[in-house]
Formats: sequence, C-alpha cells, structure tokens
Amino acid sequence: MRDLKAVGKKFVHVMYPKKSSALLRDWDLWGPLVLCVSLALMLQGGSADSKEDGGPQFAEVFVIIWFGAVVITLNSKLLGGTISFFQSLCVLGYCVLPLTVAMLVCRLVLLASSGTVSFIVRLVVVMAMFGWSTLASTAFLADSQPPNRKALVVYPIFLFYFVISWMILTFTPQ
Amino acid sequence: MMSGPGGAAAGAGGGGARNGAGAEWGGFEDNMQGGGSAVIDMENMDDTSGSSFEDMGEMHQRMKEEDVDAEAAAADEEDGEFLGMKGFKGQLGRQVADQMWQAGKRQASKAFSLYANIDILRPYFDVEPIQVRNRLLESMIPMKMINFPQKIAGELYGPLMLVFTLVAILLHGMKTSDTIIREGTLMGTAIGTCFGYWLGVSSFIYFLAYLCNAQITMVQMLSLLGYGLFGHCITLFVTYNIHFHSLFYIFWLVIGGLSTLRMVAVLVSRTVGHTQRLILCGTLAALHMLFLLYLHFAYHKVVEGILDTLEGPNVPPFQRVARDIPVVASAVLNITAKAIALTL
Repeated sequence: MRDLKAVGKKFVHVMYPKKSSALLRDWDLWGPLVLCVSLALMLQGGSADSKEDGGPQFAEVFVIIWFGAVVITLNSKLLGGTISFFQSLCVLGYCVLPLTVAMLVCRLVLLASSGTVSFIVRLVVVMAMFGWSTLASTAFLADSQPPNRKALVVYPIFLFYFVISWMILTFTPQ
Repeated sequence: MMSGPGGAAAGAGGGGARNGAGAEWGGFEDNMQGGGSAVIDMENMDDTSGSSFEDMGEMHQRMKEEDVDAEAAAADEEDGEFLGMKGFKGQLGRQVADQMWQAGKRQASKAFSLYANIDILRPYFDVEPIQVRNRLLESMIPMKMINFPQKIAGELYGPLMLVFTLVAILLHGMKTSDTIIREGTLMGTAIGTCFGYWLGVSSFIYFLAYLCNAQITMVQMLSLLGYGLFGHCITLFVTYNIHFHSLFYIFWLVIGGLSTLRMVAVLVSRTVGHTQRLILCGTLAALHMLFLLYLHFAYHKVVEGILDTLEGPNVPPFQRVARDIPVVASAVLNITAKAIALTL
C-alpha cells in the first residue's frame, strides 16, 4: 500500500511538472515498468502482417524504451550530470505516462473511425502528449546539468519520445 | 542505513522500492540485532538475501567475530552427532552465507569497474552546443588545404546523436513506405544498419589507413564518419517526405558529394603518397555514396498500381502512397489515372 501510494504520487507529479524533488529523491522503477508493459501491450498486433509480427511487437517496444532510457542516462552522465543512474531511469520512465494516455485515446478513436479526421485528431493528441512528456522530463533532468549544456541533454530526450510517439501514431489495428 | 545512491551503485535494483523509506523498516534492524548467536537463522536469510550489501557486511563482520569463538569450540567437537541437527545447520548456514557474501562482493566490484569504464569515455563528450553546431556545418564544407594535416576533433557526442537521428529517420521512411520485414523487427533493422555502418566502415577505413600509413586515430575516424552522416540525414529526411526521383539524385550528388569531399580532403591531407591516397579515399567515397543510395532504395517500395496505369509522354514522377490513405481514395486515384491515360 505504501508503495502504491508512492507510485501514485509520482504519477501526479508527472502530470503537473513542478520543480519538486520527490521524483528524484525516492526513485523506484514500478511505475516505469507498469507504463512500459501497458504501452507494449496496447501497441501489439498493429502491423501489416499481424499473424507473423504479433510476437516481436511487445519485445520491440520494451527494448526500445529501456535501451533508449539507458542511453540517455549514460549520455547525461557523460556530459557531466549530477544525477544518478537509477534516478534518471525513474524520471524517463515516469514521463512516458502522457504518451500512454495518448495511446489509449488513439485506440478509442480508432475504434470509432479510421479516416482522415481520426488521423488529424490522433496527430494532434499525440503531438500534444509528446510535447508534455518532453517538457516534464526536461523539467526534472535539465537542472542537474551545467547550464550551458542543457540543449545537449534535451536533444536525445526529444528523439526518444519522438520515436515512441511515432510508433503510437502509425499504429493501425488489424 | 539504507540510502538511495549507495543502493544504486551496488546495482541492487530489486531493493529500489524500499530505499526511500529507511525509517519505516525499523523491524528489519530489530531482527538483526536480536540474534546474537552463532547459528544463522535461515528464515531471516531468505527475507534479506541480496537486498542490501551493508547488512550483509554487518552479518559478515559478526560472523568473523563469532568464527574466532566458534573455531575454538569446534576444535573440541570432533564428533558432530552429539550436536544434532542444530550444529550441522549452523555450519551449513555459515558456509552458505559466506558464499553469498563473496558472490555479492564480486558482483559489486564488477558493477564498480563498469562504472569506471564510463569515465574513460568522459573526455570524448566534453563539448558545448555551439561547437556541435559548428562542426555540423563544417562537415558539409570541403577544405582546400591538403598540404597540412587538417584538425579533426575527437568527439563522440555529435556522431552518436547523428546515428540515432538517422535511425529515427529510417524508421519514419520504413513505416510510411509499407516496408515489411520478415526476419526481425523494423527497429532492429534500423539500429543494426546505422550502427553497423558507422562502426564497421570506421573500423575498415581505420584498418586501411593503418596499411596506407595515414595519420588518424580510431576515435578521429569514428568522429569524421559520424559527422559525414549529417549529409545522409538531411537527404533522407527531405526525400522520404517529398517523393521525386530526380530530387533524390540531385541531393545524392550535391549533399552526399559535399560531405564525401570533406572527408576525402581530410584524409588526403593526412596521407602521403599517391597510391595510398587513391586507395583510401576511393574506398571511403564509394562506401559513403553507395550507403546513401542503399538507404534510399532498400527501404522504399514503389506502389505497383500507379506504375501499371500510367503510360504516355506526360508521366508524372513515381509516387509513393502513404499507409494512412483510405482504400477509397486510392481507388479514385487509380480510376482517374486510367481515365487520363485513355484520353491521351
């Protein structure tokens, strides 16, 4: 119960990114794991040949998220960051929450229709959530960098969430 | 005391959830201090195994102190039968705990040495954003001065980011052109291609440079080739979105050519002898230009329907259809195209 409350509190912090250190101080990886698994489950079965590609989809998303988060963390540490390895993983994982919400919305919209209007709606939603994710994670991570190198740390984060957003946007269920 | 950074450094990810609330785990400490006997309680061992190295350290210390006493006692007891099950379990428990402590210590030192390896890479990431921007722009400008060795910055941040950007652009191109990968995944193919090119061709050219007596180090070669991918990124980004063949060929020659010329000029300035220069630069130019050609054509598929229906002198350039166009729209397109072809 205590763990659940801590995870819930961090979710709230991501949705309203203020400069609080709660996310950083008590890091945990439960939230990122839950988000990653739910995103990977929702992205499954969305390729042209679904009978062949059902398996790799889950592993693909899982590996992308964790591998990408590890690379960004290593990069920010090599650039002289003061944040620790697992703290950075924690922040990046929790900031996937807006994109998971976007995935949910996209699936619901695709249930309703799959024409041009739904594409525009999905595009707007995904872009908004992508911006939110990037802003939330930079609010937490950029502070730990020397001030003139913030752009160098923000760019990989931007790329990481861009790839995830792209996977969400081009998802078409069978 | 359990603390976050200490737990992180030792790699005990499983205990991460408990790190932030040390005060609420007072019950744990009571268990440890309550047992002052030589027999390790196996039930407690199961609860705490691997969760905190500091506690294992405490246990180990206590075991060491108790060993001194127990050895004196064990020397008298030749026959273990008189001790019964309790004595036997005590020795076994101690051995198991000792082994676990050793294994844990080995893991922790391995994790520490991995961390130290990251520090080896640190000087290659020491850049400012303005430097990265300048180097990106310079990678498209060939320098004419080939009599003095040109300076190459041995930096890995820019090339690494460019490779990842190329991966993202490749993914975008593959998705919008309906590429179906049978063996493996889209992401795996994109990452494998880009990293394979960067690392593999760098190593190969470095090997050739070693044979041809060129003055260049591995990091410099990685850096040079990485920045050369900037031209590839621009070309692919533009031509994956605007689908004209002639536009691609122009970009291939101009932008690909410029970045190749820059790399060639740098290598020529660092090599002596005509044959060596020719071998080195010819290989690099060929591989670089061919890679761009390969990236464009291998991950695009011309839609068959439009090829079939369009004939005659007024043929528009080949079009590629994005995945999201509904079936109705493409049928209308085909019928219109057929009508136009019939009237010509």
